[in-house]
Amino acid sequence: MKHQGPPSSPLHQPGIHESGYRHVSGQARYVDDVPLPPGTGHGWVVTSPHAHARILSRDATAALARPGVRAVLFADAIPGDPIIGPIVHDEELLASQEVLYVGQAVALVVADDVAAAKAGADAVVVEYEPLPAIHTVEEAIAQDSFVGEPHVIARGDVDAALAGAALRVKGELRTGAQDHFYLETQAALAIPEEDGCVTVLSSTQHPTEVQSEVASVLGVGANAVVCEVPRMGGGFGGKESQATPFACMAALGALLTGRPVKVWLNREADMRITGKRHPFVGRYDAGFDEQGQLLGLRAEIWSDAGFSTDLSMPVLDRALFHLDNAYFVPTLHFTGRACRTNRPSNTAFRGFGGPQGMMVIEEVMSRAAERLGIDPARLRARNYYGAAPRDRAPYGQEIVAEHNRLPRIHAELMASSEYAARRAAIEAANAGSRWVKRGIGYQPVKFGISFTKSILNQAGALVLVYADGTVQLNHGGTEMGQGLHTKMIAVCAHELGVPTSAVRVMHTATDKVPNTSATAASSGSDLNGQAVRDACEVLRERLRGVAAAMLELSDEHAATLRFGGGAVTHPASARSLSFAEVAGEAWAQRVSLSATGFYRTPGVGYDHASGRGTPFYYYAYGGAVCEVEVNGLTGEHRLCRVDLLHDVGSSLLPTIDRGQVEGGFVQGMGWLTCEEVLVTDDGHPITVGPSTYKVPAIGDVPVDFRVELLPRAPQPGVIHGSKAVGEPPFMLAIGVVTALRHAIGAFGEGEVELRLPATPEAILRAIEHQRGAG
Amino acid sequence: MDGIRLHVNGEALEVRDVSPNTTLLEYLRQHLHRPGTKEGCAEGDCGACTVVVIDPQAPGGPRLRAVNSCLLLLPLLHGTQVLTVEALREGTGPDPAGYHPVQQALVEALGSQCGYCTPGVIMSMLEACYRDDLDAPWKLDDQMCGNLCRCTGYRPIREATQRIAGLRPDDRFSAALRQATSAPAPTALRYEHQPPHGGAPQRCWMPTTWEELFELTAAHPAHRFIVGATDLGLDVTKKGERFEALVSLHGLEELRRLSHEDGRWSIGATVRLADLEDATDRALPPVARMLRFFGSRQIKNGATVGGNLCNASPIGDLAPVLLALDATMVARGPEGERRIGVDDFFVGYRCTALRPGELLARVELSDPPAGARIGAYKVSKRREMDISAVACGLRVDLDEAGVVAAARLGFGGMAATPARARRAEAALVGQPWSEAAAEAAAQQIAADFSPLSDHRGSAWYRATVAANLVRGFFADTQDEPVPRLPDRPSATVLGAGLGAGLGAGLGAGLGDDLGDDLDRAPEAQP
Repeated sequence: MKHQGPPSSPLHQPGIHESGYRHVSGQARYVDDVPLPPGTGHGWVVTSPHAHARILSRDATAALARPGVRAVLFADAIPGDPIIGPIVHDEELLASQEVLYVGQAVALVVADDVAAAKAGADAVVVEYEPLPAIHTVEEAIAQDSFVGEPHVIARGDVDAALAGAALRVKGELRTGAQDHFYLETQAALAIPEEDGCVTVLSSTQHPTEVQSEVASVLGVGANAVVCEVPRMGGGFGGKESQATPFACMAALGALLTGRPVKVWLNREADMRITGKRHPFVGRYDAGFDEQGQLLGLRAEIWSDAGFSTDLSMPVLDRALFHLDNAYFVPTLHFTGRACRTNRPSNTAFRGFGGPQGMMVIEEVMSRAAERLGIDPARLRARNYYGAAPRDRAPYGQEIVAEHNRLPRIHAELMASSEYAARRAAIEAANAGSRWVKRGIGYQPVKFGISFTKSILNQAGALVLVYADGTVQLNHGGTEMGQGLHTKMIAVCAHELGVPTSAVRVMHTATDKVPNTSATAASSGSDLNGQAVRDACEVLRERLRGVAAAMLELSDEHAATLRFGGGAVTHPASARSLSFAEVAGEAWAQRVSLSATGFYRTPGVGYDHASGRGTPFYYYAYGGAVCEVEVNGLTGEHRLCRVDLLHDVGSSLLPTIDRGQVEGGFVQGMGWLTCEEVLVTDDGHPITVGPSTYKVPAIGDVPVDFRVELLPRAPQPGVIHGSKAVGEPPFMLAIGVVTALRHAIGAFGEGEVELRLPATPEAILRAIEHQRGAG
Repeated sequence: MDGIRLHVNGEALEVRDVSPNTTLLEYLRQHLHRPGTKEGCAEGDCGACTVVVIDPQAPGGPRLRAVNSCLLLLPLLHGTQVLTVEALREGTGPDPAGYHPVQQALVEALGSQCGYCTPGVIMSMLEACYRDDLDAPWKLDDQMCGNLCRCTGYRPIREATQRIAGLRPDDRFSAALRQATSAPAPTALRYEHQPPHGGAPQRCWMPTTWEELFELTAAHPAHRFIVGATDLGLDVTKKGERFEALVSLHGLEELRRLSHEDGRWSIGATVRLADLEDATDRALPPVARMLRFFGSRQIKNGATVGGNLCNASPIGDLAPVLLALDATMVARGPEGERRIGVDDFFVGYRCTALRPGELLARVELSDPPAGARIGAYKVSKRREMDISAVACGLRVDLDEAGVVAAARLGFGGMAATPARARRAEAALVGQPWSEAAAEAAAQQIAADFSPLSDHRGSAWYRATVAANLVRGFFADTQDEPVPRLPDRPSATVLGAGLGAGLGAGLGAGLGDDLGDDLDRAPEAQP
């Protein structure tokens, strides 16, 4: 190995994060770090103290009298459309008549500094008349309070299948909300430009939406607004649609005060105002044969959408699309509804409903295994998709057997993790241990890749080559830490044959690449990678002609020119030109050195009315084996060992992908164990900071953490054979729950009753239940 | 009026124009325009704001201390050197020129993704790099647990930290530590700031003599003592409090003294929890054990014994252990010293027996006698950096016959104050130390306490766990009077768990029992 020279392409090689050195030295700049133009105002949001109330009056007199306060903006100050929303416009940017949740924005105070703005916000007087509120999914169902229409997916005669089943598993599963807890809270800086135009620096996953919503709120054309994203300090879906309101507020403040305005939320404001992962209530009725083969599943799922539509409908869709997870469900009837409640509008969060849907069938699988006394891993494997007719997803898409990586993952992971031997050893040890029990759990994951709203599956890029051979790369995706820019630099460097150091990726900006989709749905590399390649190919072919002329080659020989290692080489003669020489000559020849690229995913589509279609371009697969130890006195647990084997196709950059797998798993573990969003009965959030809301810390992660990317697994039809990786590993953490159930089950006979999240208290309750049953 | 004199990344500053209620983080970002240090929570719970302070007075010589800049108030930095993430790289040039080994290690491990927690991670790693006592894996976790990362899942951060822990390169930071040995004692500070928009002046003093201290406290009855600001700082950042009379106790050397002689401990009120943890590591395991689960490294580097006790929170974690150890609190006032038994110290919700004008000077206690069985446990939603649902210090003194002569069961989280479980204790005294006796005591916990339900745990959970901890205490001390300190990460009771019997040596060749086709070795795929 060490005798080899540097690889000519950065693809499929270990690599560091393109911003790594900036991160570790404090040079990486986020919206809140950008030096402010003189006179910048700071915005602070006045929020509702009621879950539901009529606004009787609003008075800014006292606030405006406070030192440093420049403006107090209410809804009537909005020159354009006062209603925003990512799909359906149904949220007031600033509430005018009625507030619909505790934390809803009513006014924006702009002052000379943050302290003055906060003090001003405290001095704004709003009178309310409290109204009855809907706090839970059950209350919403009872009052027929929904967002959107029901979504039904059905196949076969599920009632007959259930009636004839040897084993019926019926019950209800609740999964909880999860705060994104991106380390960088929401932030936007709006700078007024000439002619009523505005530039907005936003920490957003969706710059085009910020651009269009700002334009709508200000009543100007989209061309009057530029949205630029320096980078994000984490997003996880929380900045897909919910960065937009704060960007709109900053832009409104800038327009109305004529000065730059920054709106930055502190942690508490962020956790109060913004939506979370949707909590779901799922009711299931499943039938199995004696061997644990699933015969049918009837499932109804309800999400808590919160006060507005936001992204709740596609989240619900994805939950329904993942009720099957990796398993063939012969007969089924799935219904989904999104409940409108007086809570913050719940939103995108890594997995986008997938984890919530998947958790339902995993609960079913675990309970069936416990009832039948079958190893839960074996029961799961029995139900995998397979050859026809067991190759059809509930919505009719073919689960192409040759692309189904689960049988391979299952076999490799069972062997490498020594699952069976460890399970036997654990059961023997548990029998001799009174207070402490261990458990092991296996979790397979199949996750559909594509935006389920098909038109979003498009991307653009703009690549600029300068006459000195250096490159500026623009693409429509945003960097939130996931390594998208690192991958895009690698794709660009690969296509042009230049070192990665020659490629500078620019801030994502709507004046470079227009009409982009959110960086979401794990699709960033798939979509933008193809667009970057498309643009680079155009440039490379132009440069090929230039280089061929410089080397006096025929067309036939021109086709053999190789771009690599910062040079253009003619293999037959071994003559080469530096990339910079060729670029310089192209400029001299008046050949264009900029190009756009574009991509749209082929062949995806879905019909809601019939519940049939091909919503996904392909599936990503993974498997996990988790071992836990549970303390029967306190309900505490620790994760002893985790083995992950995940399918990312031919990884574009394996070091980056490993980071996504590990980080996704730990975030999923947080959702299922320690992260508990708590609200008072009247809708006031209790967990509004890390002192009360507990995301995993370093000690929660097992020291024995074995992570492998599935080798030799290229995927056809995607950028360099690679697969999306952002979301799927999140659901591998369901294996922790299965392991906990195994350990808890060792405290007594019968089916385990474990609520989620599995906090120490939830686990201790489950253990007490088990002891009672035993 | 004096200016606050401090060094930031080697640059000497004298601050005169800001409120003493300004946090170091705010000062770095808003006044010095150094945005490398981030605000993630402003409550000392995420670590994004971590900076390093050189503490010349640390026991055993000067050391780097990672601390939360979001809580530290600026006057507390008087006479200190502060290092931020911007200080580490020397010079410029193409990557990786000039980066410090901790930076290099984190970049190479891909320990940053979004990068927002990273400046804080780097500063915690910087402390690790110059520590010489990170000799066990759990200590690396303890060092880093105050830095939340939402992206990486921590594995690369752990690996990078392992790589640099104790490296201590011979560089300018090592030189700064050597030079700090000869640093002069801090000089007194009298600082005053007049808010620009009116209101009372905001003052902070750092007296260096008792006379000066009691003069100040007499003249300013509304004063607040401050050292680490790990609790008081929250009032500033979360409640918008602007204190008018802060009295820093940094200038009183006597309060920092910690001694253990002839079985007697004397622990000064401003001893840092990190230093107490070091001192008690082997010598007083129940205290060390509680401190191991106490809070992040940053918090333990700032928080003091006196702060934790005088705060008198029902969930302060030192109190239950000191109840078990029958500590004596030594108060000092203008008239001299007064001794208060720990049983009489906590008189109400967040209320102590200290009189106006008094402060806690030190805590005194004795090593437990030979026949004592003693343990300390903390249960919280998350093991690291969390507040207790229940914490306890449990102790029984046995006579030669193995009969319980005395019992002290101190609990936190169960009542309005840290409190002893008197009925449970009574159930033990006179009984042989047996499972039956422990069970009888556990049954009495419900009679001793009526705990509250809150977001940390329901009344049912607290009561059940408190009783179970008594059962676990017996199981833990059956064989060894003082349970071994569990490694972290580990459950807090029965810390050894099942680990000894499982894990290593299992598996290879033991095959599978699934039998399905799926378990066959995979065939190579292209």
